[in-house]
Amino acid sequence: MTNKIQWEFPQALEDEAIYILRETAAQFERPAILFSGGKDSITIVRLAQKAFYPGKVPFPLLHIDTGHNFPETIQFRDWLVESLGLDLIVRNVQDSIDQGKVQEETGKYASRNALQTVTLLDAIEELKFDACIGGARRDEEKARAKERIFSVRDEFGQWNAKMQRPELFDMLNGKIHLGENVRVFPISNWTELDVWNYIRRENLQIPSIYFSHEREIIERDGMYWPYSPFLNTTEEETPFRQKVRFRTVGDMTCTAAVISEADKLEDIISEILEAKISERGARIDDKRSEAAMEKRKQAGYF
Amino acid sequence: MEVLRITTSGSVDDGKSTLIGRLLYDTHSIPQDKMEALHAASKRKGLDFTDLSLLTDGLVAEREQGITIDVAHIYFSTPSRKYIIADTPGHIEYTRNMVTGASNAQVSLILIDARKGIVEQTYRHFFIAGLLRIPYLVVCVNKMDLVEYSEARFNQIVEDFQQMIASATFKAPSIKFIPISSLYGENVAARSEKINWYSGDSLLEYLEQITFDHADNSHPARFKVQSVIRPKTEAYHDFRGFAGKVVSGHFNVGDEIISLPSQQKSKIKTIEQFETQLTTAEARQSVVITLEDEIDTSRGSMLSKPENAPSLLKEISAQVCWMDQQKLVPGKAYLLQHGINRVKAKVQLIEHVIDVTSNKILEDKKELGLNDIGKITLKTAHPIFADSYDVNPANGAFILIDEFSNSTVAVGFVA
Repeated sequence: MTNKIQWEFPQALEDEAIYILRETAAQFERPAILFSGGKDSITIVRLAQKAFYPGKVPFPLLHIDTGHNFPETIQFRDWLVESLGLDLIVRNVQDSIDQGKVQEETGKYASRNALQTVTLLDAIEELKFDACIGGARRDEEKARAKERIFSVRDEFGQWNAKMQRPELFDMLNGKIHLGENVRVFPISNWTELDVWNYIRRENLQIPSIYFSHEREIIERDGMYWPYSPFLNTTEEETPFRQKVRFRTVGDMTCTAAVISEADKLEDIISEILEAKISERGARIDDKRSEAAMEKRKQAGYF
Repeated sequence: MEVLRITTSGSVDDGKSTLIGRLLYDTHSIPQDKMEALHAASKRKGLDFTDLSLLTDGLVAEREQGITIDVAHIYFSTPSRKYIIADTPGHIEYTRNMVTGASNAQVSLILIDARKGIVEQTYRHFFIAGLLRIPYLVVCVNKMDLVEYSEARFNQIVEDFQQMIASATFKAPSIKFIPISSLYGENVAARSEKINWYSGDSLLEYLEQITFDHADNSHPARFKVQSVIRPKTEAYHDFRGFAGKVVSGHFNVGDEIISLPSQQKSKIKTIEQFETQLTTAEARQSVVITLEDEIDTSRGSMLSKPENAPSLLKEISAQVCWMDQQKLVPGKAYLLQHGINRVKAKVQLIEHVIDVTSNKILEDKKELGLNDIGKITLKTAHPIFADSYDVNPANGAFILIDEFSNSTVAVGFVA
């Protein structure tokens, strides 16, 4: 059997996600969508739009801005918010640094990816969000494969893998104590390919960096890193121009590019079907250790 | 494209994780970087082959102990359908995880080590598949390579299994037996040449052919209202739509409906899915329904058809699987969640506890602790609109929530 084309989007996944979003709106006082500007959170926004139509999306978007975002992502974010009439709340990692709550990493692998957890937890506390909707998927990574749809976090935002509530049938238990909050993952059961097929079916706009474009990059550890003022480079690392695209959208310091000519959705989907590198393989933050994601999740990461 | 949901459970060493790894490998679902990580991890463990089972054990504690603790979800696709596997541990102390993994499955996959034959856990897995009324059961007799691909051994295990079915107290599902070797991929995706005495389908071939009984469509029509959409904008000034999910059966525009608990009747004016107007909504679809009349309906209401509306239950007899460290306390008020509705409930009586391994009723045991399965009677503060799980599974299950810990402490199946 070959990995032949799967072009069709399984409709059952959309029905399930909409059901989950409606439960989130009903079971919580102050839910919000964690918005990164990536394709998964764009998908969540679309699902929320459909779930409550012709009513308004009942959640604001919360964006934790590391200050190291791709400018294209920020542009896209502002366009989306404006065109759909959504509420956007931005909290900055720079503020957490200025307040002395976190310290900027140093060295050539310095990234603000880990720091944003602190900014996120502070924002949840400040804005009193009791549910944060995220676009994480179980197929992304081994620790995420064990994640619940309603995932309870304690007062410190921590995930306890061994104390998870059983989720039976489609019954979601969002009851929490004061100070706790829930992470909600409506597209838990989607794969990367499902997301792309959905974007294609729904004809959704996505940031331009997902498509092939020429940009300055450097090569490091067998991966292509976008060259930017935020990246600490060594003398041997000289930037060069190359046609690339990004499979995920994270920070400019922790998202590697792939060499690609794919400039249409169809080409991207074909490329994924033939892809030899899994999606998170291009995430430098996961390479730190085999349990990297599990550790970050325990600490309250997305 | 259809989604087929499978649950697996197995013992520590019966090769379940290897089988899943093999399915992913043979359907080209393991990307190169994950494959490389597997090679490296296998080497670190001193193995001279690539251990595909390392693919699924996600938590640090699981990798250390080489066992599966929680439910893991694994995905793969063929050109014809998408598969979701809920991979659960097989030990008795993880019965609750098995029940959780099985709760959404259409197929239960049971693994048997060909050398050992039917063991205690096999009974348990079979019992849980029966308890949840999973329509398809696939029994993979694994490690055939270690019994020299013996047909006699396979037949013996099939016969033993048939005996177990004969003694079951529930209606057995459709069962398929397949001799496999997950380590060598025999009869996993491709048919085995080594097992030439077996002419049936490989595991994947069989899964590809399972037809979905849209049985839910023949079940009574049930729609649970999650929220009322009232935009109050100029364009939708008088719009009042009921957003929710078709639990079972189907609804057509023009159908007469009855809303519970108000018992008021109306007709379906429109069925909407975002900007699309539908004529029919089927089981599991998320839609918005508008009605001809303004009747008393809100979150938690259930729409059905007057000729087969669910009964309003306040006294409930149910099988339950207890899922909490703290034992069931008779007389204590729990929250019973049926679908999306929560009502207070008290357990009046523990009728009996069932030994899930021997399938025997333990008349003397009158308490339910973690992983126990038994029959109880409950009384609720308000009626719930449930069907018997046997008749309409989609509207026949509930969970119990502890009001103090907020934990989900049990799942129940209405008798």
